[in-house]
Amino acid sequence: MTTLLLALLIMVALALLLGAVLGFASVRFRVDGDPLVEKIDAILPQTQCGQCGHPGCHPYAEAIADGSDDINKCPPGGEDGIRKLAELLGVEFKPFAADAPQPKPKAVALIDEATCIGCTLCIQACPVDAILGSAKMMHTIIADECTGCELCIAPCPVDCIRMIPQGTDLTNWKWRYPTIPIKALKTAPESRA
Amino acid sequence: MSRLYDFHGGIHPPENKQQSSATPIRQLPLPPLLHIALGQSVGNAALPCVQPGQRVLKGQCIAEADGRLSSAVHAPTSGNIIAIGEHAFAHPSGLPAATITLQPDGLEQWQPRQNLPHWRDASGSELRDFLQQMGIVGLGGAVFPTHLKLAARELQTLVVNGAECEPYISCDDRLMQERAADIVAGIGIAAHALRAGEVLIGIEDNKPQAIAAMQAACHGTPFRVVAIPTKYPSGSAKQLIRVLTGKEIPHGVRATELGVQCLNVGTLYAIARAVLHGEPLLSRIVTLTGAVADAANVEALIGTPLDWLLAQAGHTTAAEVIMGGPMMGFTVPDLAAGLSKAGNCLIVKSPAEFPPRPAAMPCIRCGECATACPMELQPMDLFWFAKARNFGKAQEWHLFDCIECGACSYVCPSQIPLVDYYRFAKSEIWAAERDKKAADLARRRHDFRQFRIEREKSEKAERLAARAAEQAAKLAASQAATTTVSSAQDDPKKAIIAAAMARAAEQQESKPLPDSHTQALDDAKQAAIKAAMERAAARKAAAQQSSDDSSNAAANPAGSTGIDNAKQAAIQAAMERAAARKAAAQQSSDDSGNNAAANPVSATGIDDTKQAAIQAAMERAAARKAAAQQSNDASGNNAAANPVSATGIDDAKQAAIKAAMERAAARKAAAQQDQQDPT
Amino acid sequence: MTLHATHIAKPATVSAVMLKVLAAMLPGIALSVHFNGIGVLVQLLLASVTALLAEAAMLRLRGVPVTPFLKDLSAIVTAWLLALAMPPLGAWWLIVVATLFAIVVAKQLYGGLGNNPFNPAMVGFAVAIISFPAQMAAWGSPLAPLDAAAQLQWIFSHTLPAGSALDAVSSATPLDLLKTGLLQGGRDVSQLLAGDRFGQLGNAGGEWIALGWLAGGLWLWQQKLIPWQTPLATLAGVVAMSGALWLAAPAHYASPLFHLFNGATLLAAMFIVTDPVSGSTTPRGRLIFGGLVGVLTVLIRVFGGFPDAVAFAVLIMNIAVPFIDQYTQPTVFGHKGGRRA
Repeated sequence: MTTLLLALLIMVALALLLGAVLGFASVRFRVDGDPLVEKIDAILPQTQCGQCGHPGCHPYAEAIADGSDDINKCPPGGEDGIRKLAELLGVEFKPFAADAPQPKPKAVALIDEATCIGCTLCIQACPVDAILGSAKMMHTIIADECTGCELCIAPCPVDCIRMIPQGTDLTNWKWRYPTIPIKALKTAPESRA
Repeated sequence: MSRLYDFHGGIHPPENKQQSSATPIRQLPLPPLLHIALGQSVGNAALPCVQPGQRVLKGQCIAEADGRLSSAVHAPTSGNIIAIGEHAFAHPSGLPAATITLQPDGLEQWQPRQNLPHWRDASGSELRDFLQQMGIVGLGGAVFPTHLKLAARELQTLVVNGAECEPYISCDDRLMQERAADIVAGIGIAAHALRAGEVLIGIEDNKPQAIAAMQAACHGTPFRVVAIPTKYPSGSAKQLIRVLTGKEIPHGVRATELGVQCLNVGTLYAIARAVLHGEPLLSRIVTLTGAVADAANVEALIGTPLDWLLAQAGHTTAAEVIMGGPMMGFTVPDLAAGLSKAGNCLIVKSPAEFPPRPAAMPCIRCGECATACPMELQPMDLFWFAKARNFGKAQEWHLFDCIECGACSYVCPSQIPLVDYYRFAKSEIWAAERDKKAADLARRRHDFRQFRIEREKSEKAERLAARAAEQAAKLAASQAATTTVSSAQDDPKKAIIAAAMARAAEQQESKPLPDSHTQALDDAKQAAIKAAMERAAARKAAAQQSSDDSSNAAANPAGSTGIDNAKQAAIQAAMERAAARKAAAQQSSDDSGNNAAANPVSATGIDDTKQAAIQAAMERAAARKAAAQQSNDASGNNAAANPVSATGIDDAKQAAIKAAMERAAARKAAAQQDQQDPT
Repeated sequence: MTLHATHIAKPATVSAVMLKVLAAMLPGIALSVHFNGIGVLVQLLLASVTALLAEAAMLRLRGVPVTPFLKDLSAIVTAWLLALAMPPLGAWWLIVVATLFAIVVAKQLYGGLGNNPFNPAMVGFAVAIISFPAQMAAWGSPLAPLDAAAQLQWIFSHTLPAGSALDAVSSATPLDLLKTGLLQGGRDVSQLLAGDRFGQLGNAGGEWIALGWLAGGLWLWQQKLIPWQTPLATLAGVVAMSGALWLAAPAHYASPLFHLFNGATLLAAMFIVTDPVSGSTTPRGRLIFGGLVGVLTVLIRVFGGFPDAVAFAVLIMNIAVPFIDQYTQPTVFGHKGGRRA
């Protein structure tokens, strides 16, 4: 009888102790928010374009984190972005779906000031407040802050916003990957690679 | 004698300097054209301050420095500016750069030369501004604006770089032999400005004549000429400072923080010419060598076309040309480019002297590169990381300490283009950092916007609640006096009015953004506004030019009829386009039924708001038109004075409108097709 | 456009490096042939042919151009090192199997030249000695040398001309003798070494061959093809470990000189641990790598189950190379004193 009581007592004491430890740990080592979401958000290009079907990059990051959306929905991030997400999440790389929007070269929006009627619709649409102007005044876009999301194009009633592709100039030119001159005489079959 | 220090690694490639170093510096005739690029230094390109067609004098400033990290550009001779625009540029990318093209008139007419005779008493900032205006940049090849290098004070050592360690190049050698006095004068000015404790002039011991000349010129001065062992890359600033002072300057640390500064002999010569003689940097010594008939050093004007320059040395073939040395130089993509201030040497490649390198083999980790690396890096590891695009690891292994001297590539038995890999990795890392910065900015702005919208919403709700409460109280008070039936009808109406008023007040209040936010954006914003205004002004000017028969228009630019007409046309265009779009949107929403629901960006999703907006825009436009009409009537004869130009613009506008409408219609059609295709 | 950012280069190629390594082996090979007979040359030839054929076949299978990689001579270097470590009178199929394993598995399957984490020759040797320990003891007795014809007959047909003692083809090496002698007990090291199978320092004649390897190594060092750190550290490791044991119990452990001049110690120190691909590349790393190879060699020789241990020591240290390199990075220019990271 006493052994049984003793065993019970020990078990209860252990349970209490461990419970206290767990409780302490949950308070002491509490994680604010989901760090995974922030990590995913850090990879996303922050164009806030909504091409992924979410209202911005952070919501998409949340959707990826809780597994409700795929990692290949962000055209501005490009395949590099998918690769980084795949690496972070430890999943396989997945190309863009064929019928989904494809990545295109970075561009910034430009308002044709002669046509602009000052309706402010584009200002309301811009997710990063990169458009300046007020009602009935000409609007203009801060090119440095435009993410090229194209969200301002649709609302414009007079169709005065164009996307200007950003070409390569001396400030953003990059050295190429050095090509290896030794080439396979005949390409190895895919299965072997 | 002070002791000399050694640096790790280094190589001894064949020098090949004797081809060009034996003969004196040659003066050249005037080239037929000069292509002076605006970006002649590290940092911002200069801003042109001349117009095409303008005549300029020799030494006249044709482009002003843009900010601190920039340097002015001058007309190397008198003549006419015939173009300002993109032109071939001596850069490994092969991309063109903004360039001023000058046609010399052969008169060599100087503008009044303004020197700085009182340089000994001049303040530091005065001397620095002077050098920036004179366009003095580092002539060793890095073209760092010199005025920034003279910003330090109380230096322990000023190191003068006459090492010239790269094979083939001999321009500094000849300069020291022939113009030692001016160089020493320049050293005096720099040493005075920097208050240098000692001056050490480092010259590789393979240039005995230059050493002798400099020693003779330094006689009676405290400056010491030090012959250093010939070893590539002793002419790299970090390595030369190490050899002469024993100090090692890490990556990302300015030499001045360790009490040292390093200036090239060519730069010091240019300083002397500017300060003592008022001559801006108009020319430089260039070594023309390699497979040319007579290799030599020439004094060439900045902007001299490279092909013309090489022709002066008897080069006619179409071989590749290296600008700079064979270790660090690059193949010039287009010889039509003008000589830049960085162009110290042009080498015409011949298969005999520059046999094509054998195909690269895999790295066998032999460690030859690590033995040769003057920065004590592990090049084979950096190569491995760069090849695998493992940039984080490459940075951890000190990729950015690499000075790209090419010693590793030179010794590699596997003939791996190591430096190319490092450059690739570096530019990828820079690009990633740029993208990261842009993304961070976008995230901050987006977050702020979300926050603002949230706040506006909650404030609005609060106001509404407050008003409603107030109303309720009022109602309760008045209930005693009036009949309950009528007040019940009044209530919702009043609430609506109150809400509208609250909204208006709300909007007015929310307009100014918080200070911190606006201030951060001020620069970009101002630039954007300026650009937009300039664009508008340009258009205005163009419009006015077309209506040049009316002097009135020119007299009152603000309210000119030309603009009015243009605006009117624009409004009309907008309305028509809006109508077209509306129709198109209607159609698409009718056609594609529930398809559209799947595509939130498509027309139907935003139809309601858009329609409202369009209506608003149309109404506004109508009002504007009426107003414009009125003002037109008031200034009656103005409009009558230039009917031709007005209609001219109208025609153009109408064409534009039609085009825009067609574009919009096409877009809609395409969008519709896209929607239908997947189903 | 030119590929290379650096327009000039030292006229050095991988082939030239490998050719010099082969040349440096010649004095040792000559001495080995003198003392061990024609069998050494047969082993070299068999290994070379096998290596070239295996390399060519593998390159073709991998879809890599064959000629430039055959011309780099790295396969021959591997083959020679392996052949020199193998017993001169080993059966022909033994060296063929070992070479095949070295080239196909240890080198090409890992990605070929420059990508093998383990020294291919040592992998081949380890496979042979683990799989065929009896055949690996086929060292001829220097006391009763076979003539060339008999050697060839033995290698290819495993038969001996009438009148030859089997001892002539399976004479235990000094390391072997010492090990078994000590295990049997009763005699101490000095008594064992007094036997006529031993020369002045070790294997009769073997010390001359070892000096041949040393000469080749010194020439390679003079040619700046091998660093001084690895070989010196290896020899120091051998001397330190064996010396410590010897000083502690001279009756039970052989002297450092015996360890230096027996087995493949000098061949390994000059030609095997200096293999750049599978070895450490940092200056301090080379000291650690070489030193530990030396220490491990003696430890495995003395306490392990196999007579010679160089191969195992090298392979074990090959595993540790990335780790060693990671923690022995030299301080970069300007970062000394930890002023700034």
